[in-house]
Amino acid sequence: MITPTHYMLLSAALFTIGVVGVMVRRNIIIIFMSIELILNAVNINLVAFSNQLQNAVGQVFAIFIIAVAAAEAAVGLGIILAFFRNKETVNIDEMNLMRW
Amino acid sequence: MGEAIAFYIIAGFILIFAVLVVTAKEAVHSVVFLVIDFLFVAALYASLGAEFLAIIQILVYAGGIVVLYLFVVMLVNLKRPPEAYADPHRRTTLGFALSAAMLLEIGVIASYGYVKPAPALAAVAAPVTGNTEEVGWLLYTSYLIPFEIASMLLLVAMIGAIVLAKREL
Repeated sequence: MITPTHYMLLSAALFTIGVVGVMVRRNIIIIFMSIELILNAVNINLVAFSNQLQNAVGQVFAIFIIAVAAAEAAVGLGIILAFFRNKETVNIDEMNLMRW
Repeated sequence: MGEAIAFYIIAGFILIFAVLVVTAKEAVHSVVFLVIDFLFVAALYASLGAEFLAIIQILVYAGGIVVLYLFVVMLVNLKRPPEAYADPHRRTTLGFALSAAMLLEIGVIASYGYVKPAPALAAVAAPVTGNTEEVGWLLYTSYLIPFEIASMLLLVAMIGAIVLAKREL
């Protein structure tokens, strides 16, 4: 029997893998992909509870999250391109222009 | 029983490919693993009865967003390995430890926080049946204003991406 707890644990594991990617990798494109994994983990939770409660509102929220993820990917990748044009790097350890 | 087997297989693949996304050496491999991961997440949605969201996942994520990533990986043509230089102040071990602590925390909440099934919300009786019809009905009635704000957000993001990607910034 698959309960919502199973889905929550799957979601927690996926979320943590994304967080590890954000914290450990230095290639900013892979960091952005890890953020997509995190957003997907949240969506899994929403859809699982939508199924559990027999209420489609969770799926509506998941659609909003997908819209936000698309916007974030477009703007973020634009920033990466603009930065790469100036500094020729995608390594976040070299992106310290605004560090005090 | 069949439901449980399907869940474990899909969940296993989701986690395996997520780990591959994070550990892949080449960014292109990472993108390919990300596509496969999104397809398995779509399969999970379909198994949960969210057919509309499964299709959206494939169209928008696996079809749109990932292609955007692929374009950027191709445009960003590196003359030296992207991860060659490591900041000496970077604390990778601390990052792992914090992530593990977070997994533990969320896992405990997920395992023990779910005591009793939530009372079935008095669902607003949608006058339609079927998953897609229900989602559409909600989007255009109760959630009309958030829906319009989301469209505005996408418009702003589109303009922002064009401005950022222009030649001279």
